[in-house]
Amino acid sequence: MWRRSAQARQSSVLRVLVGFVPLLMLDTARRIATPEGIELALRLAGPVPRACAWLVDLLIRFAILGALGLFLGALGGFGRGAFLLIWFFLEWLFPAWCEAEWGGATPGKRAFGLVVLHDDGTPVRWPAALARNLLRAFDFLPFGYGFGLAAMLMNRDFKRLGDLAAGTIVAYRDPKPSGFQIPQAPPLAPLVPLTLTEQRAILDFAERAPGLTEERAEELAAIPRGLVGNLDGRAATQRLIRIANYLVGRK
Amino acid sequence: MRQAAFIARHATDWERFEAWLDRREKRRKRDAQGAPPERDALPDGEVPQAYRHVCQHLALARDRQYSPELVDRLNQLALRGHHLLYGARARRSVARALEFFFVGFPRLVRAERRLVVAAACLFFGPLMLLIAVLQFYPDFVYYLIGPDALAHLQEMYDPSNERLGRRKADANVMMFGFYIWNNVKIGFQTFATGLSFGLGTVFFLIFNGVYIGAVAGHLTQAGFATPFWSFVSGHSAFELTAIAISGAAGLRLASALIAPGLASRKAALVAAGRPAVRLIYGAATMFLAAAFVEAFWSPLTFFAPFTKYLVGAVLWGLVIGYFLFMGRPRGA
Repeated sequence: MWRRSAQARQSSVLRVLVGFVPLLMLDTARRIATPEGIELALRLAGPVPRACAWLVDLLIRFAILGALGLFLGALGGFGRGAFLLIWFFLEWLFPAWCEAEWGGATPGKRAFGLVVLHDDGTPVRWPAALARNLLRAFDFLPFGYGFGLAAMLMNRDFKRLGDLAAGTIVAYRDPKPSGFQIPQAPPLAPLVPLTLTEQRAILDFAERAPGLTEERAEELAAIPRGLVGNLDGRAATQRLIRIANYLVGRK
Repeated sequence: MRQAAFIARHATDWERFEAWLDRREKRRKRDAQGAPPERDALPDGEVPQAYRHVCQHLALARDRQYSPELVDRLNQLALRGHHLLYGARARRSVARALEFFFVGFPRLVRAERRLVVAAACLFFGPLMLLIAVLQFYPDFVYYLIGPDALAHLQEMYDPSNERLGRRKADANVMMFGFYIWNNVKIGFQTFATGLSFGLGTVFFLIFNGVYIGAVAGHLTQAGFATPFWSFVSGHSAFELTAIAISGAAGLRLASALIAPGLASRKAALVAAGRPAVRLIYGAATMFLAAAFVEAFWSPLTFFAPFTKYLVGAVLWGLVIGYFLFMGRPRGA
């Protein structure tokens, strides 16, 4: 009787643990199916990082035009003509060039680790890059990217209207793996059988443990009572790490 | 299979694939041969197979709930492979650009002729109407253009000017820059505002038609006919047609939103985006040509007005002939 209820409690607590874990449960993650029959995970960028990237691009543009203005202003009519031409190219064609030829990102997007991709996850090419950049002329309206922001909030892929028409998404550049490893420890079989999700939660905890503060790790490790029994503090953490070592099949 | 055994069995394959990706991405960056391949490097011919293996391992790792670190790592390998294999692009070439201007663009304009004609009517209609109205009711222009702007226009087309269409100090190159910056922007705006179910495109077409018509009508009626018409005749063929084509591109987007047919509005918009952008490529090139003529030919007073009208007429003939006849299959 006690065992049953403990098990029920433990699995519901584990479900809470699982909640923040898998990337694909987040609604900004997008899975794209490939012809190989697998799904790749991409993390989409929301309005805030994109606005920041835009701001960086704007400042860069101002800086370039400001510097050129000082220099070309001294050249009279010819200088003013060249200035307007450069302004035109920086404003309309340069972003499209960056996205099509320079790794899918303007300098601002690069600074924030963003990249423009086709809907199917392939690198963006000229037609789509040009379409999304020309259509900025509409996203910009009525002021401060109002339509673009409204459109971004109304579809689940954060697409502004230019993205919708061009069939593009803005995602974070390859999410770097954390680099954490499950610490080595003598493996230990768990006392109760674990479902796959529960196993995954244990693995995830063990992998994250080196990156957590000791107190937080101990706090988390104390939750699944069915696994750690009466252990507390460091002993509980160690118990979970040993179970994780068992689960990955270390000897 | 437990995770540790899985890693032990396949880690070498992943590392070789990763090394190939590293080499390849570096090579693309520098566009050179990159570092010489090591001895046990993955040959290019085996890459698709290695990529499929990584895909399979990713699917297995996910299904067996291996640790997130491993799944993330495989996901990243598969993603990079996917980018490189499916992102491979056809080489752009001068031949393809020429093909677009000699065949693709005029064909596309003919294929979209209903939209092009609609945009042309929205633009040329008010333009002609205003020119005609102002001949009979000259004061009507004050409803449209303020007195200061009119004085400025009259100054630009003063027959005693050495160069037409501008005040004395403005250099050719400066005006070239200005025409590109301003006119192409108008074209882009006309196109992009098609996303407002066409309202913006229709507005910009009519607005520009009214404005240009008012200027032309007023200057004709006020006795500046010769300098004005000899100035605009050269570049008008390119510029006015380009505005109509930008409008057609905007209407293309709008028609996908208003009447998507059997597709969803989103899918219809994506499908319409492709021809619309190709129309804009063409229109932007025409704006470029127009700016060039407008900056370096139109202001000259060295040639008699008759010569300039003749050149203008020839250019109109060329533009119309281009859209009617270029790119048709031979012998048809």
